[in-house]
Amino acid sequence: MLQRILDFLALPVVETTIWILVVTVSVILSVAFSVLFERKIIGWMQLRKGPNRVGSLFGFWPGVFQAFADVLKLLIKEVVVPTRANKVLFGIAPIIALVPALATWAVVPLSPELVIADIDAGLLYVLALTSMGVYGVIIAGWAANSKYAFLGAMRSAAQIVAYEIAMGFALVGVVMAAGSLNLGEIVRGQAGGPLSWNVIWLFPLAVVYIISGVAETNRAPFDVAEGESEIVAGFHVEYSGIAFALFFLAEYANMLLISALTAVFFFGGWLSPFDGYLPADSWLARPGFPWLGIKISAFMFFYFWLRATFPRYRYDQIMRLGWKVLIPVTLVWIAAEGVMAHFKVGPWKVLSP
Amino acid sequence: MAEIRNFTMNFGPQHPAAHGVLRLVLEMDGEVITKADPHIGLLHRGTEKLAESKPFNQSIGYMDRLDYVSMMCNEHAYVMAIERLLGVTVPERAQYIRVMFDEVTRILNHLMWLGAHGLDIGAMTVFLLCFKEREDLMDCYEAVSGTRMHATYYRPGGVYRDLPAGMPKYQASKWRSQKDADRLNEARSGSLLDFLADFTRRLPKAIDDVETLLTDNRIWKQRTVNIGVVSPERALQLGFTGPMIRGSGIAWDLRKKQPYDVYDRVDFDIPVGVNGDCYDRYLVRVEEMRQSNRIVAQCIEWLRANPGPVMVDSRKLRPPRREEMKDDMESLIHHFKLFTEGYCVPEGETYAAVEAPKGEFGVYLVSDGANKPYRLKCRAPGFAHLASLAEMVEGHMLADVVAMIGTQDIVFGEVDR
Repeated sequence: MLQRILDFLALPVVETTIWILVVTVSVILSVAFSVLFERKIIGWMQLRKGPNRVGSLFGFWPGVFQAFADVLKLLIKEVVVPTRANKVLFGIAPIIALVPALATWAVVPLSPELVIADIDAGLLYVLALTSMGVYGVIIAGWAANSKYAFLGAMRSAAQIVAYEIAMGFALVGVVMAAGSLNLGEIVRGQAGGPLSWNVIWLFPLAVVYIISGVAETNRAPFDVAEGESEIVAGFHVEYSGIAFALFFLAEYANMLLISALTAVFFFGGWLSPFDGYLPADSWLARPGFPWLGIKISAFMFFYFWLRATFPRYRYDQIMRLGWKVLIPVTLVWIAAEGVMAHFKVGPWKVLSP
Repeated sequence: MAEIRNFTMNFGPQHPAAHGVLRLVLEMDGEVITKADPHIGLLHRGTEKLAESKPFNQSIGYMDRLDYVSMMCNEHAYVMAIERLLGVTVPERAQYIRVMFDEVTRILNHLMWLGAHGLDIGAMTVFLLCFKEREDLMDCYEAVSGTRMHATYYRPGGVYRDLPAGMPKYQASKWRSQKDADRLNEARSGSLLDFLADFTRRLPKAIDDVETLLTDNRIWKQRTVNIGVVSPERALQLGFTGPMIRGSGIAWDLRKKQPYDVYDRVDFDIPVGVNGDCYDRYLVRVEEMRQSNRIVAQCIEWLRANPGPVMVDSRKLRPPRREEMKDDMESLIHHFKLFTEGYCVPEGETYAAVEAPKGEFGVYLVSDGANKPYRLKCRAPGFAHLASLAEMVEGHMLADVVAMIGTQDIVFGEVDR
């Protein structure tokens, strides 16, 4: 009997399904705690305490269950659909926003052994899915039939177009360095300690990617699509209850995803920062998920830090930054990379036979 | 072909950046504002009419509620108008107390403005940094008057009572340990003056903290430089006062031009802007806070050295002491008369204006010799500023409207009255 269960679990389809569930649930739980840490970290930066009322773990960390309380509250609230809204689109918009944010995790290499779909066109898949997410935002803004939401959707659409290009160009540089579209290969290509991570040779592209990532996820200082003080909540102004929670979940899942992708593309993914400096059998030098986790957390902290520090850009200033600064930077650096690769300066793989 | 029309948007009155109840009807070409139409009156409470039916003293509290972030300055204009009609001279100590609290109020107002303006433009942390300092000034209000906001502390003839010898203190609770309470009470162990003196030493550092976040921040500059430019000539035509006109480069300040109370005896500077944009007005207000801090420090020094009466010695204006009232028939009568009928103000009319944090706050008072005003008219700076909003925002983008409302420092209590 036990043997049959084990055999069943070892079927590729079953195993993959289990991993999908594990990763999805982990991402959703991470979102819950990211929200808590965001509120705590921003709270500390603002000389206050942050949430400290809901629950505690053995008397420590008061407020640790804040996010769960919030979700519960949103679950039992009514989803108000505006009278003149397009009900079908209004309903599916949050799902369109959330699904790509979760589905992209399929190709993210979580550790040397673990990646749900180890496909060779991984990077294309990532690009395709991350640009899907914006449809959720645009459809939400359109379907709600509210002027505020409509403005938010317009802003978001324009912003995504500009930053998607910058992001894509930044990734062209990564592909040139790794010689592969497979995310696992991209990580393996960076083996040998922090000095061989892509961020060293592709520093301008890494900066562009991180900035575009903040813009892609509609986070401060690029949060014009929901600009609290201008268009109230932008595209999700008419959403309430669990429909709003789905947008919220999508935003944070996207942040986690962009953090993970930044780590994968530029900071060596699951590789240890001590790799190459300590003996290979030392536990500190061993690659694995904890390193990726630490890197994701660091980028998440960076997101929170930005939010506590910067005022919001104006919509046209974001456009200017995207088109006139970030895209030229990527173009110049891709050209520079090509020249360096031609003369075999640096670790480029693309042109080497 | 359908006719192409501009997008009309209702901005407020329920809007996070409407600073209360501003309703703006915006006509927009994409994100660019082609026409803005401010609607006011949603917070109208009829203060001026109300004052006509109450003895003079009972309307002081309404003045607090006009511009509810610069309470004592409004009171100041009102009591000054009454004093002018009565022809009383306020004791020097009371004048110093008033100047000190006017400046405390200015800091209070500008901190509130800075926080809200920052929040409007998206800088969240500024808001909380400012409110932390504001809390201490609220405590000063509480210490002298018993309330944190609507103080009713100034009275015709002086101030309600002398500065207290102690400050309200924190107590340990379930959420605040004894250690935290002791730390918070450290500055509160002495008198109000000690506490304020300590505050004046802390404030420059706190302002520096906020300035680090904003003054040289590229995003902040992009959002404020060359936004809402008002030329000096236009500022005069529009009736600007306060930081709005000083931001445009005109050094107009009633504290210097028409000194009232002891402003001619304290040393301070008037900051002026150059370009008349949101950024200059930001710099002007931040510098004003530092100057106010200087004035407060000077007042503290004087008040420490010079005890004395804080109210004119007039039985009509000053309530008798409690003990006197208990065993002296005359005092009882005076007490009863003052708190019911009030006092009669000689026939006449006057205009008294103070440099409130937002600009010139004036009270025009007509008395027919009765115990209540015949007519009271408030000149609120915010009203003139708001009137220019339509002109200022034209051709700017939606996000700039928010910056402009912020830079005008509008409070609807005084605009709608």
